[in-house]
Amino acid sequence: MARKITGPEIERVIHLLARLPGFGPRSARKAGLALIKKRHELLEPLAKALIEAAEKILSCQICGNLDTQSPCNICSDEKRDGALIVVVEDIGDLWALERAEVVAGRYHILGGHLSPLDGIGPEKLNIPSLLARVRSPVIEILLALSSTVEGQSTVHYLREQLAPSGVAVSVLARGVPVGGELDYLDEGTLAAAIKSRRPLA
Amino acid sequence: MGEQAATTMQWSDEGVILSVRPHAETAAVAEVLTRDHGRHLGLIHGGRSRKARPVLQMGNHVEVSWKARLADQLGVMTVEPLRSFGVEAMDDPAALCALLSMCHLARALPERDPHPNLFEVTLFVLGFLDDPLVWPALYVRWELALLDEFGFGLDLSRCAATGITTDLVYVSPKSGRAVSLAAGEPYKDRLLSLPAFLRGRSGNGVQTSDVLAGLDLTTHFLNASLFVPRDETLPEPRSRLRALLARLNAPV
Repeated sequence: MARKITGPEIERVIHLLARLPGFGPRSARKAGLALIKKRHELLEPLAKALIEAAEKILSCQICGNLDTQSPCNICSDEKRDGALIVVVEDIGDLWALERAEVVAGRYHILGGHLSPLDGIGPEKLNIPSLLARVRSPVIEILLALSSTVEGQSTVHYLREQLAPSGVAVSVLARGVPVGGELDYLDEGTLAAAIKSRRPLA
Repeated sequence: MGEQAATTMQWSDEGVILSVRPHAETAAVAEVLTRDHGRHLGLIHGGRSRKARPVLQMGNHVEVSWKARLADQLGVMTVEPLRSFGVEAMDDPAALCALLSMCHLARALPERDPHPNLFEVTLFVLGFLDDPLVWPALYVRWELALLDEFGFGLDLSRCAATGITTDLVYVSPKSGRAVSLAAGEPYKDRLLSLPAFLRGRSGNGVQTSDVLAGLDLTTHFLNASLFVPRDETLPEPRSRLRALLARLNAPV
C-alpha cells in the first residue's frame, strides 16, 4: 500500500475529484494540490459555490433540465419559440445546442435512449411528460437524438408515440460534417450524405 | 475449439457487432458474432473516439483482430469496417428493429462457440434489410436458424403423425414438428400454424400475415426453449418488430 502523504481531509478531496469525468488519480492529485495551495483564492470560493449550487439545483418540472429554478431558465424564457420543442438525450446535448445558439425553441430532456442491453426501456425515459407537452402552441417536435443505431431506434419509437397527436416531427440531418473531407469519412456517413442529398437552388 | 483457443491467442476473422459497452473513459467492450470464433468479446482501445464510433454500431459487418496473452482473457480487439448495415438500416423503423432484434437474440449464443452457418445466414439477412419485400420472411428463417444452432430446430419436412410431406399447415408446440391438415384437424386449437413460405421454396412475395404467423411460431419456440428456462423475456426490439409488422398488415 502506498504511503499516506496528506491527512484524511485532503485525501478525501483528492479521492472525490478523481471521480469526476476526465480526472484520474494523478490529475485529481494535481487539482487537489492547486486547490490547497490557493486556499483563499480558489478552495474557499469553490467550496462555497459548490454548497450554494448543491442547495439550489432543481430538476425542471417541464423539461427535465437541471437548473437553480423550476421551471428552468429556458422554459421560463418568454422570448423563445414556444412552437418548437427540441428533444435531446442529455443535458450535455442541450448545452451543446445552446452554446452554438442555433435553435431558439424549448427543450425536452429524454434522459438517455432506448437500450435493452442496459435495461433502459420506454418506461425509464422522460416520455409521458413529452407527450403531455404536445399541445398548442407546439407545432413541431425536433428529435435531436444521437445518430447511432439505438438513438435512431428511439427516434422511431418516439415518432410512433407522437403520431396520434398530429404534431410535425422532424429529425436532424445526417451527412458530411463541417470540415469533413470525403476521403476520411466512414462509409455509413457517406451513404447517409448521398441519400439525403439536396438540389442546389 | 477448446484446444485451439488454448494455443492461439491471436486471430483475425469477420464479424457482426452485437453490442458495444463503454469501458472507462475512452475504451469500449465490443461483442461480436464472428464466423469461426463465435460470439466473442474484446476490449477496444479508443472505442469511443469519433473515428471508432461509426464503425462500432450494432449490426455492422467488420473485420476483427483479437489478441490476448492468455486464452481466457477478455483480450484486445481492433475492428475495420466492411459494411455498415447498422447505419444503412437507420431510417427504416421495421428494418432497424429487425437488426436490433437479431443482435439481441444472437447474444443468447454461448460465448466463443463457433456457429459459422448462423453467421452466414446473419450476413445474408442483413444484406437484404434494404428490401422490405424480402427481409421479413428472411428474418423468420434467421430465427429458425438460430433455434437450429441451439439444438431446438423445427422439423418442418414431414408430418409428425402420418409422415406425409404435403398439406403441412400446423406445427406441434411441444415437439416442434410439422403436422398435416388432416392429422392436425382434431387438435387445431392447440397447434401453431405453419405459414406457406416456411413449407417450401415459395419464390413469390410473402404476405405480411404469413410473416406474422412465422414470428408467432418462432416466438413460441424461442420462449419455450431459450428465454423461459433462463427466466428472461424476448428482447424488446423483437416485440416491437412484431407490433410494427402487425400494423403494416392492419387494414387501412
